Amino acid sequence: MKKKRNLLENIIHGVFLILGLITVGCVLMITIYLVISGIPAIREIGLVEFLFGDTWAPTAAQPQYGILPFILTSIAGTGGAILIGVPIGFFTAVYLAKKAPKRVKEVVGQAVSLLAGIPSVVYGLVGMTVLVPGIRRIFRIPDGSGLLASIIVLSVMILPSIIKMSVTALEAVPKEYEDASLALGATPEETWFRVSVPAAKSGIAAAVVLGIGRAIGEAMAVMMVAGNVANMPNSPFQTVMFLTTAVSYGMGYSDGLYRQALFSIALVLFLFVMLINAVLDFFLKGEQK
Amino acid sequence: MSTKRNVYVWAMRILMWLASGITAALTLFLVGYVLVQGIPNITWEFLSTKPSYLSDTIGILPDILNTVYIVIATLVIVIPLGVGAAVYLTEYATNKKVVGIIEYAAEALSGIPSIIYGLVGMLMFSNNFGTCLMAGALTLAIMNLPTIMRNTQESLKTVPQSYREGAFGLGAGKWRVIRTVVLPNCIDGVITGCILSAGRILGESAALLFTAGFAHSLNGFVAGLGSSGATLTVAMYVYAKERGEFGVAFGIAAILMMLAFLINLSATAVAKHFRKKNAE
Repeated sequence: MKKKRNLLENIIHGVFLILGLITVGCVLMITIYLVISGIPAIREIGLVEFLFGDTWAPTAAQPQYGILPFILTSIAGTGGAILIGVPIGFFTAVYLAKKAPKRVKEVVGQAVSLLAGIPSVVYGLVGMTVLVPGIRRIFRIPDGSGLLASIIVLSVMILPSIIKMSVTALEAVPKEYEDASLALGATPEETWFRVSVPAAKSGIAAAVVLGIGRAIGEAMAVMMVAGNVANMPNSPFQTVMFLTTAVSYGMGYSDGLYRQALFSIALVLFLFVMLINAVLDFFLKGEQK
Repeated sequence: MSTKRNVYVWAMRILMWLASGITAALTLFLVGYVLVQGIPNITWEFLSTKPSYLSDTIGILPDILNTVYIVIATLVIVIPLGVGAAVYLTEYATNKKVVGIIEYAAEALSGIPSIIYGLVGMLMFSNNFGTCLMAGALTLAIMNLPTIMRNTQESLKTVPQSYREGAFGLGAGKWRVIRTVVLPNCIDGVITGCILSAGRILGESAALLFTAGFAHSLNGFVAGLGSSGATLTVAMYVYAKERGEFGVAFGIAAILMMLAFLINLSATAVAKHFRKKNAE
């Protein structure tokens, strides 16, 4: 009987081990699929030509596959969203974590959760119907969609992640730090910004990195407001394509090398995201220390 | 207090009020605008019919059903995987390195953008057995694996060690302890995980476009899983971007907004309920 039970226990242990390793398997599968399907086009086009070519014209008589416009657009769009979203998110987080009365905190906290739960296509829809016409009218340009509209939509979309994570980090600051600062005669505001914020800095940094990850990976909302033309992002009103939107826009009707090149773009995006994940991991480890 | 410090304090105060005001106003505007634009479009006919070219009407019943199907299918696939992985990590794993690798993989999975899930899902599933809801559900299952895993793990950590020791002391084997003591106590984590996952599935579009497709035909559960179909989010995108039907799009957006609100409320309520239960 003992032996039978041992066998059963071992089998079950094995089953759980497999279930545990499925996560790892999924990451490996995704990586392998992306590498295998992404490499052929890069080989055919040439790595330098692919990454640094400034013209994307896959359907032209003489097709060109340079994705520099997408890379620069993704960087500009994410950078712009961070520039707008981080200050708003940061000060809101300090307010919520330290200053807000309990009821306000509950209501605004609920609102932030709702903001996080709104599907990205809904952001895109409001962007399409409010933001794009608004930009067109204010700046008197023929088309309001483009880089600026994308940046605004993205900065709103990353707000909840930044706020939530920063609030958690700020709330974890030991109360003794703040009490000591207050006892030394600092005002509450001075205490929050000169004691609590520095103490929570790796958590806040992680929040910013998370926001970068969200912004660079967003596809649908951006696709609805960016204009989707493969231009260099040399003006805020330029219609542009991001790494994400280049993939989703072309996927519907592409074949041959064009389609393969889309997988290569996804591979580049994947590498960007993995880099961001590594940085995020670094800050989170710092937080735990 | 010196003027300089006074200025600093007031500057910080004003910045905090300004930022919080912007956040609150944005949320209020978004919710209000979508509801005002959307609710007038929601009629019984809108909810209970399928699109018809003959009468030139648009109904979203197929999209509602597709969403329900895909949520059910995804959860059925992902719960055993996520709970199993969590049980392995908290109950079995002794090797720190293995735990580290699995947790890092889960973190990586939650950081991958949904468009990449869509692409890989297309390569892995749709190219093998066609563009259908099942392919979409499998893709979303991978995507939501970390959510279920992490929430289950959290609740497993709250199961007192003495419960396990007590069961072991009575002569129970490891599997029996897990089945009778550990698993029943992680229900709260699984439920929280399911609610959060359902919210994410509801809002997902990029991962579904190329895996589940965008047909609007009315199907039963089994037939639905085997055929191409748009969820509410995907349908909203198609109506807004490809067909310029903004009324329909806002109608769906209002429904999605209300569902997101409902999911948030239930997640908070469930968390509160379980916290109370655990405190007892």
